[in-house]
Amino acid sequence: MTQRVAVIDYGMGNLHSVASALEHVGASEVVVSHDPEAIAEADRVVFPGVGGIRDCMEAIRQLGCDQLLNQVLNVQRKPVLAICVGMQALMTRSEENDGVACLDRLPGQVVFFGESHQGEQGERLKVPHMGWNTVQPVGSHPLWQGIAPGTRFYFVHSYHVVPDDPAVVAGTFDYGLTGCAALSQDNLFATQFHPEKSHTAGLTLLKNFLNWDGTCS
Amino acid sequence: MALAKRIIPCLDVDQGRVVKGVNFVGIRDAGDPVEVARRYNDEGADEITFLDITASHEERDTTVNTVEQIAREVFIPLTVGGGIRSLQDIRAMLNAGADKVSINTAAIHHPELVSDASARFGSQCIVVAIDVKRVSGPGDPPRYELFTHGGRKPTGIEAVEWARRMAALGAGELLLTSMDRDGTRDGFELTITRAITDAVDIPVIASGGVGTLQHLADGVTQGGADAVLAASIFHFGEHTVGEAKAFMADQGIPMRL
Repeated sequence: MTQRVAVIDYGMGNLHSVASALEHVGASEVVVSHDPEAIAEADRVVFPGVGGIRDCMEAIRQLGCDQLLNQVLNVQRKPVLAICVGMQALMTRSEENDGVACLDRLPGQVVFFGESHQGEQGERLKVPHMGWNTVQPVGSHPLWQGIAPGTRFYFVHSYHVVPDDPAVVAGTFDYGLTGCAALSQDNLFATQFHPEKSHTAGLTLLKNFLNWDGTCS
Repeated sequence: MALAKRIIPCLDVDQGRVVKGVNFVGIRDAGDPVEVARRYNDEGADEITFLDITASHEERDTTVNTVEQIAREVFIPLTVGGGIRSLQDIRAMLNAGADKVSINTAAIHHPELVSDASARFGSQCIVVAIDVKRVSGPGDPPRYELFTHGGRKPTGIEAVEWARRMAALGAGELLLTSMDRDGTRDGFELTITRAITDAVDIPVIASGGVGTLQHLADGVTQGGADAVLAASIFHFGEHTVGEAKAFMADQGIPMRL
């Protein structure tokens, strides 16, 4: 299987880490771009995201990345991995920045952890949820291959995704609530954590992504 | 399962070399930063902090270059600090591959840099470094103030109130260094660590003074820190990051093993 990967660049934040990590696990070519032609030539696509959702959504729309994503997901049907704010941008709406309409690819909301967020025993939990938390895979998606339940991944976010359809949840984390660590639908897989910053576990997931044919079985 | 507490080896880099001195008076050379970073990545470090302590601004290009090299090989979060003065400086470091940028003196002179930066780049990548010294005498109620210039210059700013203010301005994390302890190997200054971790809702990294593995554990269990930073105990081969994590896990601290 050829391993040409496009990382969609809409001008927000550092994409070198994702690109380096993909190269490290065997991608033969990583293109960081928002050029539709360059992305059409790729075998698979990463949709990253860092920063505030309002600026991200503005940049996504301004550069036509919404249409690009639609093309890649529905027409070309390439395997797509969305990461962090990239995953949040796929939902209907985010509470961040006083409420921002997102791409509505997956019906659902992006909600704040809350002020004075607490754990089960009433202990104070800090927001952002920053650091290494355990992830419980839901189902047996090919991207979880070789990753044990309870493996720690690196998270950094203050808002989390609540999909309308619980069936799309592909992994969970616990942080005062059971949150959505990963989503999966057809040829799309999305993670709230950063695989490119999650050391061995993250690299395993990225390698699985390179070998993924875009089906869920 | 709770969030793991983090161990963050710190690379103090002067003109492209890792150094670590006692109370910021440089002594020993600990090697090539890219090599050292790679070693910590392999040992299981949860994050790496790169502090550019080069005095002159002219060396900035070297730093960007080194950060780029580290980011290509290290697949854990990377924080870069030292001499960050503007949004352009922050952007340059993020573009070079840093995940977070640590702002120190510039936050004192221009607190709005913290709010501007967190609005622009997201609070998750803005760390405010707070260098403190105890200014109250023995027996008096403890008071800690911010110092600049490697602990030489007082500012009169009270530390806990400053920490609250930085959190309110949008800092995503605080890096608290006791300048009294830095380089001494006497352990973290736990009083101020606890006061600040209790005062803010954002994660706090304890720094300054680690000489033993027990000190790392104390930073979490007594200081309440979310992460512990150390340099010399890892640089000179006394302990690996893996040993430190196993030691802390044995004391019941949630760690990524």
